[in-house]
Amino acid sequence: MNLLPLLLIVALLVAIRFATVRWLPLNRLAWLAIWWVAIYAGLATGIDPPLPSSIIVLFMAIVSLALVAYLSADSDELTSAIKAVNTFIVEPRFRIGLIIVAVAVPALTAFKVYSDLSSPPQPPSSGRTIHPPPPASINVSGQTVNLATATNPYRELEHSDQAAFAEHVANGRRIYFENCFYCHGDNMQGAGMFAHGYDPIPANFNDPTTIAMLQESYLFWRIAKGAPGLPSESTPWSSAMPAWEEFLTDEEMWDVIIFLYEFTGYEPRAQGMPH
Amino acid sequence: MYCVAVRWTRHYDEIVSEDDMSMTRPRRATAWRAFTVGLLVVVAMALFGEPAMASPQEADPEYRTLPFVSSRVVMWIIAELHLMFAAFVLAVPMFAVIIEYIGYKTGDKRFDQLAYDFTKLLSVSFSFTATLGALLTFALIVLYPALTKYLVKIFSWTFLPYVLLFFFEAVFLYAYYYGWGKFSPRVHLFLGIMLNLVGTAIMFIANAWLTFMNTPSGIDEMGNLTSLWDAINNYIWMPINIHRLIANMAFGGAIGAAYGAYKFLGAKTLKEKAHYDWMGYIGIFIAICALLPLPFAGYWLGVEIYAYDQSLGITLMGGTFSWLFIVQAVLIGNLFLAANYYLWLSMGRIAGAERYRHLIKYLLAVITLCFIVWATPHSLVATVEEARAMGGSHHPILNVLGVMSAKNTAVNLLILTTYVSFLLYRRANKEATVSWAKTGNLVQFGIFAVVVIFVVFLGVLGYFVDAQTRIGLSQPQVYSVLFAMVSVTVIDIFLFRGANTRGSIEWGKIPARAQYALFFLAITFAWLMGLMGYVRAGMRQHWHVYGVIRDTSVDAFTPTLGFAGMIVSITVIIFFLFIAVVFYLTGLAGKKNYEAPEKSGRRRFRRAKKANTQVPAGSAAPDAS
Repeated sequence: MNLLPLLLIVALLVAIRFATVRWLPLNRLAWLAIWWVAIYAGLATGIDPPLPSSIIVLFMAIVSLALVAYLSADSDELTSAIKAVNTFIVEPRFRIGLIIVAVAVPALTAFKVYSDLSSPPQPPSSGRTIHPPPPASINVSGQTVNLATATNPYRELEHSDQAAFAEHVANGRRIYFENCFYCHGDNMQGAGMFAHGYDPIPANFNDPTTIAMLQESYLFWRIAKGAPGLPSESTPWSSAMPAWEEFLTDEEMWDVIIFLYEFTGYEPRAQGMPH
Repeated sequence: MYCVAVRWTRHYDEIVSEDDMSMTRPRRATAWRAFTVGLLVVVAMALFGEPAMASPQEADPEYRTLPFVSSRVVMWIIAELHLMFAAFVLAVPMFAVIIEYIGYKTGDKRFDQLAYDFTKLLSVSFSFTATLGALLTFALIVLYPALTKYLVKIFSWTFLPYVLLFFFEAVFLYAYYYGWGKFSPRVHLFLGIMLNLVGTAIMFIANAWLTFMNTPSGIDEMGNLTSLWDAINNYIWMPINIHRLIANMAFGGAIGAAYGAYKFLGAKTLKEKAHYDWMGYIGIFIAICALLPLPFAGYWLGVEIYAYDQSLGITLMGGTFSWLFIVQAVLIGNLFLAANYYLWLSMGRIAGAERYRHLIKYLLAVITLCFIVWATPHSLVATVEEARAMGGSHHPILNVLGVMSAKNTAVNLLILTTYVSFLLYRRANKEATVSWAKTGNLVQFGIFAVVVIFVVFLGVLGYFVDAQTRIGLSQPQVYSVLFAMVSVTVIDIFLFRGANTRGSIEWGKIPARAQYALFFLAITFAWLMGLMGYVRAGMRQHWHVYGVIRDTSVDAFTPTLGFAGMIVSITVIIFFLFIAVVFYLTGLAGKKNYEAPEKSGRRRFRRAKKANTQVPAGSAAPDAS
């Protein structure tokens, strides 16, 4: 968060409030306009890293709708606001203000068009789908793995034979640091030494919205088949993940999955739920 | 094409003959209309349709195509239109019977009239539903013969009860409508209840067919039926049944309210305005009451889909269709906002409501905040530079708002806030007189405060527990919100028993923009239904029956979001054109009877007489009659 601009916006709002109570009473329309500008300024400058413009547009659309609803939910206030606009347009004492508005609106529009066109060309924005849907089954090492029912064959050792389970964790650790950490990083935040070369950067496994939400069979599919095994829907996936089935055994892939969950402290999503 | 016609005839005999042989006169007219439309479709198919993927030797192609438009789009639009009308026809009797019962118990004739006003919409709508249903069947048989054949093979035993129930629905519906005031109230209410039971049973059967396509059960690896009951009672059958029952109520209430708004805007007298204002209010009251538990039912449906197959779940909520859920969130957010807006405007007709006006801004702030949380995507649409600045498509701060923990919390708070608006509306002109009024208010406030804290706490806790536990946390959230609504309502009833009144509700005293809010709500409900109907069907992607029958047609691809949005929008526009016809035809019932225009000579004579001038030469004198 950028606290300084946020504090500044709040201070300005308080100052305007104080000023309007004492010297310059404002009607509801003017207040809502001030709120609109304040919220926009807060979203545009108060959050670090900056929000993408698409999300600011979405939020401001919702805010605008809410403010219009607030204004028109009270018939007296709405009438008063319309009267104020009429007065501003019609009465000679507001002529200078009207001229300023009449010039400022097209000028701001022109400035926006100019700044957009004069900035260097950008590839179009894209909405990335983060979880590719897995197929019903995959073929690994000549065997069909049903992803809806497949479970980690070594997971049960966690309770039945902890020593054996620890060996699988250790094996997973070795495999991870031999193969995965170059991209996914030594603390699994997707910030490995090669990560800066990718767009988007590799997944952050510490994020509670990645592996914590997935079943182990899903991870097995992603590791085994990598980018070449991604589905044709929702492309482009923009993934550089190798198909690790060509380099690792099934056991090694299951072991590294165990290590991912052990390291991050998350539990894999369980399979099967009430029907 | 001859084969198509023969098979179509055979199917028609199987499916429709029972219905056709034993129906009442109005239903017969409907069936003939449906038959005619179907016949036209078959003739059109015969003339223009081309078998796809069929060699000259093959008599039974898997698909047939149409010129200019894809078979999938045709099926899509027809099915959605049928569904929307069916939802409306099933919903209206539910609340019509309840309103009629209230009128019966209280002796207030206005409720009886209101129930009748709603029921009047049914007659034309039922005909449209049946016609569209017939069209859907014919299109399915002609365009997707192999799929139809498979579904018929699996569900053949369900067709007979379906047709019988359909017949009974026609009987009960027309008896309920035409028998208004003709039977004793108890008999009439019985007819209404039977109409509801039969309609619900019909929906349950049809739901079995479509849910089987998503989560097939009761079949072996070759797709052969092993248990009809398992095929019916598949993973999402009951969640869809419940979800649709509630959604139908919300949709039917919203369309009924739109009818009230339509009549309000055209009303000539204050009495008419008052009646239709009340009708609009009752319609939207029903819609909002049904809307409140709807997200819970939707969540249950989502859980079952995920439980059946994680691929389906991920496709739905995290993959290809996840962006449609953002559109859905925006639409539902708009629904809540518009519903609250209507309630706030409605408070203008109640003396004493001004006491609560200052609370609107706080309610609006909560609604806006929850709306924003619900509509925040997990991965953001960003330019390359923006994505680089964020370090990926996830924003480190907004990221936490993109998952179900945040969204469940937001929707629960949205529901509670809407309930508070209702509560303020309800007590707007009342002054509690009971001795424990202050304590009662404090207890109510305490319940709200505790539940809000509990819901937010569980939402935050969801980030620190495993996925299975997190999913489970949604249940206490839901139960606590339900507890708050029920307990506060019960306290409120006793709190305002024998209360003083600050003034009466002046029905009809409401700005016109409130009526446009009702139109907005009805259109948004329809749009939402279209969108989520597409998502439910589309998540199968390249499967007709998931994992069993693959889609090998030329349409076996997932359309872009823009294209899907366009088809849904076109469907909604067509639906409202139909609804405009329903409103117009229903409105004819209240019009004066047609009177033949007088002959010109007679008119001239009357005009001349009025002006006290001489009758023009050659004019016919009015006859004595």
